[in-house]
Order: sequence, then structure tokens, then C-alpha cells
Amino acid sequence: MRDRTVPALAIACAALLAAAPLAPQWLVFLLALALAKGMVVLGLVLLMRTGLVSFGQGLYFGLGAYAAALLAHRGGIADAALMIVAGAACAAAVAAVLGLLLARYREIFFAMLSLAFSMILYGALVKSSALGSTDGFNLHAKGFAGIALAAGTERRLFYAVSVVVVFAVAWLLHRYLASHWGRLSAAIRDNELRVEYLGASVYRVVYVNYVAAGALAGTGGAFAALAVGHVDPETAYWTTSGEFVFIAILGGTGNVLAPFLSAALFEGLRTVANQYAPNVWQMTLGLAMLAIIMFLPGGLWTLLRRRGAP
Amino acid sequence: MSNILAVLFDGVVYSSWLFLMAAGLTLIYGVMKILNIAHGSLYALGGYTAATIAGAWLAAGHAAVGSFAMLVVAALLVGLVMGPLLERGLLKWMYGKNEVVLLLVTYAAFLILEDAIKLIWGVESKLLPEPYSLPGNFQIGTLAYPVYNLLLIAVAVIVGTALAWALYRTRQGKLLLAVIHDREVSAAMGINVNRVYLVTFTVGSMLAGLGGALTAPMIAVSPGIGVEVIVLSFAVVVVGGLGSLGGAALGALMVGIVRSLAVRYWPEAELFTIYLVMAMVLIARPKGLFSAPEARRI
Repeated sequence: MRDRTVPALAIACAALLAAAPLAPQWLVFLLALALAKGMVVLGLVLLMRTGLVSFGQGLYFGLGAYAAALLAHRGGIADAALMIVAGAACAAAVAAVLGLLLARYREIFFAMLSLAFSMILYGALVKSSALGSTDGFNLHAKGFAGIALAAGTERRLFYAVSVVVVFAVAWLLHRYLASHWGRLSAAIRDNELRVEYLGASVYRVVYVNYVAAGALAGTGGAFAALAVGHVDPETAYWTTSGEFVFIAILGGTGNVLAPFLSAALFEGLRTVANQYAPNVWQMTLGLAMLAIIMFLPGGLWTLLRRRGAP
Repeated sequence: MSNILAVLFDGVVYSSWLFLMAAGLTLIYGVMKILNIAHGSLYALGGYTAATIAGAWLAAGHAAVGSFAMLVVAALLVGLVMGPLLERGLLKWMYGKNEVVLLLVTYAAFLILEDAIKLIWGVESKLLPEPYSLPGNFQIGTLAYPVYNLLLIAVAVIVGTALAWALYRTRQGKLLLAVIHDREVSAAMGINVNRVYLVTFTVGSMLAGLGGALTAPMIAVSPGIGVEVIVLSFAVVVVGGLGSLGGAALGALMVGIVRSLAVRYWPEAELFTIYLVMAMVLIARPKGLFSAPEARRI
């Protein structure tokens, strides 16, 4: 079957960009948050394709958010473009160090150790009164790439930027997954010992994928911080990481578009649930997760695929 | 000197509490290879059930000593109701799936139970201070400690000893060890593996319920108490080596004492140090302190 991912990416990107000046404020906010989270989940999908589930992507999400926010708050550089770069770079740097260690772990130990690292960050953030402890702090970006922004339009601009960045990254990842290394990742998930016997370095592939996933989560964190205008330690808490895993499972790992569809669905559902049934939101999530695991192990994406598949 | 003693004592009390949680978690993992996130909800359920029935017991004007019995009844209730319900109703259908998928299944169960608790008990805190203050205080140096803390240590020691005895000294325990070692061969030899799973999960749930029930008098039982506990007990279990009872005890002691040292000398780093211990141990021994070597599968 022909792969229609690239045209689909281009159409989705154009549609979302068109929404930037037109959509109501609340929709822009919702979509911006969904894109930011979808970015994190994109990294998680890359890891899952390698056979690893990280229960600690909140570490990089939180790092990205705090790095971006601190640059504006403490560094006095309130330029959104620089803030995003700072978030991504900070997360990538930490992932590059921790990855040296984590790339040796598999399965549940990988999940738990990444969880531990995210909880270390959470523990440090909660207790640091200089960073607002549990309350976090607000941030204001005043410009983008040197251009000053008029008040009221900045959220829309950040959203448009995140659309462009997100789809560029999704396209790159799509190319990567189809490349030699991308296919090696899937082989590692199936049987890493055989990959070693064939002469490839499992460690190196896992490491690179891990750092890439960290950088993606950091970028997502920076975008989320810009969209919300606030950061708090909750970004690094394990329930946030659990949410990312949930979104990844919901969408499935079949395609780079899946994380964004399921993140949008997730945020939309959350908005509805907050409005009408705030007390059963987690229960709904749990039941949906069980249903997916039982009946659609490949995620919602398999529903889209099934029709056209041979 | 009395300072160090106090810190150590605090650490041991905290370790006892951690051990109650970790023992159930590690038992379930050892036998069923499920890292049960819903353990945190069972802990919360234990707390709520204890607060409700012990509260009712006291409100009815019965002897206050009986409230201790009510704590145990709460734990038994949680184990006997929720254990079979979760194992038969949910987990049974998931056996054979990947460990990480099973982790997600229990995460889903955890999310469902969190809201179920809020629907049943509401979002207000429940208080049950009587059993905590009833036994009075005792002195270490110049500091007064509630006797309830000693009780907690005693319960942890009794539970640990009873579990070890049941596992290594009884016929049923040896059958269980056989299942841990090789599930399929055990089944082929005529061990009823399904029943072993059911019993294990029920006992594990009971321990989580007991942990919650014994904590209820010390805290305000409110929504979300299970969330923090579960990652903490994960840390303990992973430090000790998944599936090892002795490991859970040692892990609980290490984490408990490190935490009380941190609380005393560097309070900002309380949460931080616990997970740092976990990370350090995993770096040195990737599968925890008490873990058997495993053959790689080709």
C-alpha cells in the first residue's frame, strides 16, 4: 500500500495553520496544548518502537518547561524562540548524560529507573522555594526571534510556530523511522540479541533514540509552558508521565500522526469532562485504556488503517 | 547521641510502614510478574475503610480498644473483596501479555479506583485519631514518642516473619516458590496455578489494605493519598530486587533511614534522596540488591 503520511502531514499542517488567526481563543489554547503533548508523545512513540516504555518523560517535559520559563524569568531573555531552543537544549543535554546509563536497561527496569529520575526532579522542584515550590511561577514571553509582539496575539503566534515545528519534526521522524536506523529500532524491539549478532550496536541505537525522545519532550515542555503561561512541579510528576504513556497507547505507535490525533482527542475529552463530569474523568481514562489494551492493541490508529489495509 | 537515636528510630518506624506496602507489591510481582500500580489504590481503600468502620465502632460507643481490631478487619475486607475482584475480573484476562502492558493495565485500574473512592467517600478528609493517641507516649532521651509507632514496627516484623515462614516452611509456600521458579512446569506437575495467583493477589491486596488501615489514624485520609505511596513503594521494591521478600525488607530499611536522615539534616532534599538511593542502587546493581542472575534469551 502507498504511504500517504507525507501528504496527510502537509494537509493537517495547512489546516492547523489556517486555524491560527480564525479559531476562537479556547480552541487555539486547546490545540496548542495538544500539539505540545503530542510532541512529547512522539518521542515516547520512538522509544516504544524500540521496545521501551518510559514512565518518566515528565522529567524532560518539566526540564523543558522550567528551562524556558527560567530564561525569561531569571535570565531576562523573554524571546520565545530562544526559550524554545533553551528548553530543547536543556532536555537534550540531560538526556545525553542519563541516556548513557538508561540505554543499558530494558522493560520494567527502564520504566522504573526513568520514573525515579523524573521523581528526583520533582522532589527538587517542590522543595526549592526560589522557584515557587509547588505553586511554580508565571512567565511572559515578550517577543519572538527579535520581533516584539502585540499583546493578545502572542498565544496565536506561539501556536502557529508550534504547528510548523511540530510538523517539521513529525516529518523528520517519519523519514527516520523509514531509514536504516529506524528499522533497526523495530528489530531491537523484536530481538536485540539477534541484532547484536548481525553486527549492529543496540546500545548506540537505544541511546540515540533516548536522547531524541528527551529533546522532543523538552521542546514539548517549552511549548506547553508558553501556551499555559505558567510552570509548576506537576509537569515532572509521575502522573504527567503516565498521561503521556496513556496518549501514546491511545493513538498507537503505527504512525507519526497518531500521537497528535490522540493528544487532541485527549485534551478535547478533558475539556468536556472538566465541564460536565470532573469526578469521573480518571475513571473514563482508565476504562478507555483497558478497552484499548483489550480490543485495539495497536491503538486508535489501527482503526484508520484497517479500512485501506489489504 | 539521643539525636542519632531519634533519627534511627524515626527511620525504623518509617521503614516498617514502607515494608508493609512493599511486601505485598513484591509478593505479587514475584509470583505473577505484575508490578501493581493499583496497590496504591488498595492502600487508600484500606485507609478509607478503616476510617469508616473504626469510626462507626467508636461512634456506637464500643470499647476504644476494639478500634484496633477494626483496623485489621478493614485490611481483611479490602483484601478479600478487592483481591479476587481485581484478579478474577481484570488481570486474569491479561495473563501472557508483556510486563509493561500489565503495568499499564494496573495503571488503568488505579485510575478507575481513584475516582471510585472519590465517588464513594466524597472529597472531604476522614479523620480517625483515636487509635493513635490511645496507647499514650513513651520517652527516648528527652523526646516523647507515641506508642503507636512501636505497634507499627511490631506489625511489620510479624508480617515479615509470617510471610517468610509461610513461603519457606509450609507446603503451600513451597508450591508457590515452584510457581515463581517455573510457571508452566508447575502447572504440568499438577499445581493449580490459577489458585496460587488468586491467593497471592488476595494476600498482597490485604497487605496494601493493612498498610492503609494502620496509616489512617496517623493522617487525614483524603483523595490522592495512594498516588504518592505507590511510587515510594516502587522505589523500595526496586532497590531490594523485584520479587524478593528479604530485598523488600532491606530496601525499606535503607529508604526509611536515608529519609529520616534527610528530614533531620537536609529537609529540602527529603523526596530527592529517596529516589537518589533508588537510582544509585540500580546503577550499581541493575536489577536491585537481591536479584538472581538471568539467562539471556535468544
